[in-house]
Amino acid sequence: MIAFIVRRLLQSLVVMLVVALLAFSMFRFIGDPVNQMVGVDTTEEVRENLRERLGLNDPVSVQFGRFVVNAAQLDFGISYQHKKEVSNLLAERAPATLELAFLSAIFALIVGVPMGVYTGLHRDSWLSKVFLTVSLVGISLPTFLIGILMIFIFSVWLGWLPSFGRGEVVDLGFWSTGLLTVSGWQAAIMPSITLGLFQMTLIMRLVRAEMLEVLRTDYVKFARARGLPNRAVHFGHALKNTLVPVITITGLQLGSIIAFAIITETVFQWPGMGLMFLQAIQTVDIPIMAAYLILIAFIFVVINLIVDILYYVVDPRLRIDRATAAGH
Amino acid sequence: MSVVSSLPGRRGADMLRRAWDSDIAYSFRQSKVTMVAAAVTLVYFVFALFAPWIAPHDPYDLSSVSLMDSFMPPVWEEGGDPRFLLGSDDQGRGILSTIIYGSRISLAVGFASVIFAAVLGVTLGLIAGYAGGAVDAFIMRVAEVQLSFPAILIALLIDGVARGVLGNEAQGDIAYFVIILSIGLSFWVQYARTVRGSCMVEKNKEYVQAARVIGVRPALVVFRHVLPNVLGPVLVIATITLALAIITEATLSFLGVGVPPTSPSLGTMIRIGNDFLFSGEWWITIFPGVALAVLVLAVNLLGDWLRDALNPKLR
Amino acid sequence: MNETTTFADSAGATARPRGNRPVLEVEKLRVEFPTRKGTLRAVDDISFHIDEGEVLGVVGESGAGKSMTGTAIIGLLEPPGRIAGGEVRLEGERIDNLPYEKMRRYRGARIGMVFQDPLTSLNPLYTVGFHLTETIRTHSDLSEKQARQRALDLLSEVGIPAPERRIDQYPHQFSGGMRQRVVVALALCANPRLIIADEPTTALDVSIQAQIIRLLQRLCREHGASVMLITHDMGVIAETADRVAVMYAGRIAEVGPVQEVVKNAQHPYTEGLMGAIPTIGGTHEDLVQIKGSMPRLTQIPSGCAFHPRCPKAFDRCRRERPELMPAGRSEAACWLHDPAEKGRRRGNG
Repeated sequence: MIAFIVRRLLQSLVVMLVVALLAFSMFRFIGDPVNQMVGVDTTEEVRENLRERLGLNDPVSVQFGRFVVNAAQLDFGISYQHKKEVSNLLAERAPATLELAFLSAIFALIVGVPMGVYTGLHRDSWLSKVFLTVSLVGISLPTFLIGILMIFIFSVWLGWLPSFGRGEVVDLGFWSTGLLTVSGWQAAIMPSITLGLFQMTLIMRLVRAEMLEVLRTDYVKFARARGLPNRAVHFGHALKNTLVPVITITGLQLGSIIAFAIITETVFQWPGMGLMFLQAIQTVDIPIMAAYLILIAFIFVVINLIVDILYYVVDPRLRIDRATAAGH
Repeated sequence: MSVVSSLPGRRGADMLRRAWDSDIAYSFRQSKVTMVAAAVTLVYFVFALFAPWIAPHDPYDLSSVSLMDSFMPPVWEEGGDPRFLLGSDDQGRGILSTIIYGSRISLAVGFASVIFAAVLGVTLGLIAGYAGGAVDAFIMRVAEVQLSFPAILIALLIDGVARGVLGNEAQGDIAYFVIILSIGLSFWVQYARTVRGSCMVEKNKEYVQAARVIGVRPALVVFRHVLPNVLGPVLVIATITLALAIITEATLSFLGVGVPPTSPSLGTMIRIGNDFLFSGEWWITIFPGVALAVLVLAVNLLGDWLRDALNPKLR
Repeated sequence: MNETTTFADSAGATARPRGNRPVLEVEKLRVEFPTRKGTLRAVDDISFHIDEGEVLGVVGESGAGKSMTGTAIIGLLEPPGRIAGGEVRLEGERIDNLPYEKMRRYRGARIGMVFQDPLTSLNPLYTVGFHLTETIRTHSDLSEKQARQRALDLLSEVGIPAPERRIDQYPHQFSGGMRQRVVVALALCANPRLIIADEPTTALDVSIQAQIIRLLQRLCREHGASVMLITHDMGVIAETADRVAVMYAGRIAEVGPVQEVVKNAQHPYTEGLMGAIPTIGGTHEDLVQIKGSMPRLTQIPSGCAFHPRCPKAFDRCRRERPELMPAGRSEAACWLHDPAEKGRRRGNG
């Protein structure tokens, strides 16, 4: 087990280094950082000074090393646009994005899994057809369009829910949460459904496909032949076997939820990291782009790691295989 | 069919009949939804191809656009103008015309990205599958890492980098290439994986060894056998990625980093209209939104059907 | 025990003029699959019975409808497949038209089934013990602890060494043969009256096949279960079965005592089938091959389904379908054994 985790950790480290290299090349080769920091009328001498001080004249490998060390200490430099520490900017915005992502994931899971199980078990019932149609529509509607339509219906037309912002936020010092106030919850409803809808349809279709696959296996047939009640066959034997891929995909989707939050945050003017990233792209604010890239990659790597470990817990076959494989 | 005939016309009819009787045609005829989806897609294609002849106005022709006509509601609402069936936007462009021209851009960008992604993916898949070893490991590792990032994020990053390299002003035609590049680069992985798998299966078959013995280049043999085999899956992936590419383009344009605003795609129109949603001019955003949703839904339905029809195991 | 009473209850229902009362009776069973090219008949009007304690072998090429018959009997046909006609009776009680829930309770408890592949018959996510106690508790009201004890007993009964240790292991930690032993234990754990064994040894190493067959045979004898042994391996049948039914294209071609069928085949197809078995001492040339191959379900020939391949076919075989008729000490579905036909031939010759 430990050997397995160590191996995965090393792999993750390599991925992070590659991403860091990408982020670093953005810094190094896109535009001149010095130009971004000083005025147009700055003399060449001052620029050269700054260049020296920033270490831009050092060999590239040294610069990269420094970049990695700084990044590991959460130091991504200063935003060209905001003139503030990028890490502080991100820390301010992170709670909003993480809360949104969390709520969407919960929504996607508790609606998507039961719908998937139902449509897998009752292939031809009319309700399954309704679910499948809804899911297809859900996949076909771009996230931003869903958001706009919801705003149109629930804010403009019915006036039930706020169309932008986080509502009232409670500051806990290191974390600002919208989950402690009524207006915070109201403000979160539409963004989290918008963000979670796509994942929900994905999970539903995945669970359905896996259920259909598993229901055809010999061990399910044998379970039926042993006279087990449907409940035990469907949930004990079939559903549990579908969980392995579902865990993987859901876990990986958690990462893309955070990335997709860019769109939702734009539609609902949700003050999160995604919105800031988008603004950074439009203004070519490289430090924020680089930091966001590294952060997203880090989240992905961590999620991947957790998914792998969960895998391990659910599927007893892996415990043996991996252990012996690692033992060699 | 025991009818003996040497007439070429009859033979052609026979082939048509065989195509009509084939499993794919059968499943097509069985599914009304698919037929409707195909019809809808066809309508979009025709509109896109013949936009200048079909659209009431040319929304890009500034001389035919007048600010006097801005914010016209749809024709059935109070104050509607019969010249603007679905109303007009903030600059006096007819919504119907912009939708027709916008679909044209959405489809063009979508197709170009899919073709780019397919060519890139199939090539890399062939290389990875045939070469094996370190080349394969490298390509597939890149694919794996990329696959764990959502396409939209990759497209955004590439777009951001391009902006950095080209400067924010380098818009216009280059913007199209940038967006096609960024969408195409984010969708090649699926093609590569499929082709690679098929390639690896074929590579080890005996006829490839035999080809080597008689001096034919085995790579050539493998490619010649792999390509027909992967045609079906590639077509399915292409259809599904076409829908995804259209969504991605619309999303990028909505986020303001897509096609240039002077020639708006559906996504751009939705973004423009979004600002007026609260002041009551809902048609500027809702109609393009519906047009986009219907197009993507139709393509998705076709893709779904194609996948099931080509893969009888799933039925 | 419980079974004896059920047995007595149903005694009146079965009226067969035989010493042994049949556990299973199948009468004119027909299984159909609707497809877009028309309805396929996978099992076509077959009738047979299995007596108490008897092992009935069912042989035939793949696609002959053997497995389909077994699956239909236990009521697990996959839709759109369905029983389109006929009756299945278990100890005199008709079971082919039972409501799902009632039939579900019979499965495992009165009819058990063993599938071909022990590797895939067990759920990889559960321990062997879980499988056993789950089945035991479904069909009895034993406590978890009692069920576990019973599971341990069963495991040692099927010859698994150190059951206390093995019971908490997962299927992938067992070898193929050991797994099939577990499967047999699972099929037997509620003492069913009938076991349907569908190619129980095909997926196993040859060296293990005999062990499993012998185990199945011994356990069924001890538990008083009859067996329907589906296989394409005549060797296994010859060693194990009391009687054998030969299936061809969804129909029974011949049925009779196993020694009779092997040594004195009455149906030309059976003859061909027996000729195709290599024997020690026989030479290569002795092996007979039946020309052609079994027809697809979409194009079953008229009359006797075997006539296009039959060396002895005559005009009537093409027109009329033969039913099973007495032939020697067996029964065969072949016009050669029709008394009228025999008479005519004798007259002509």
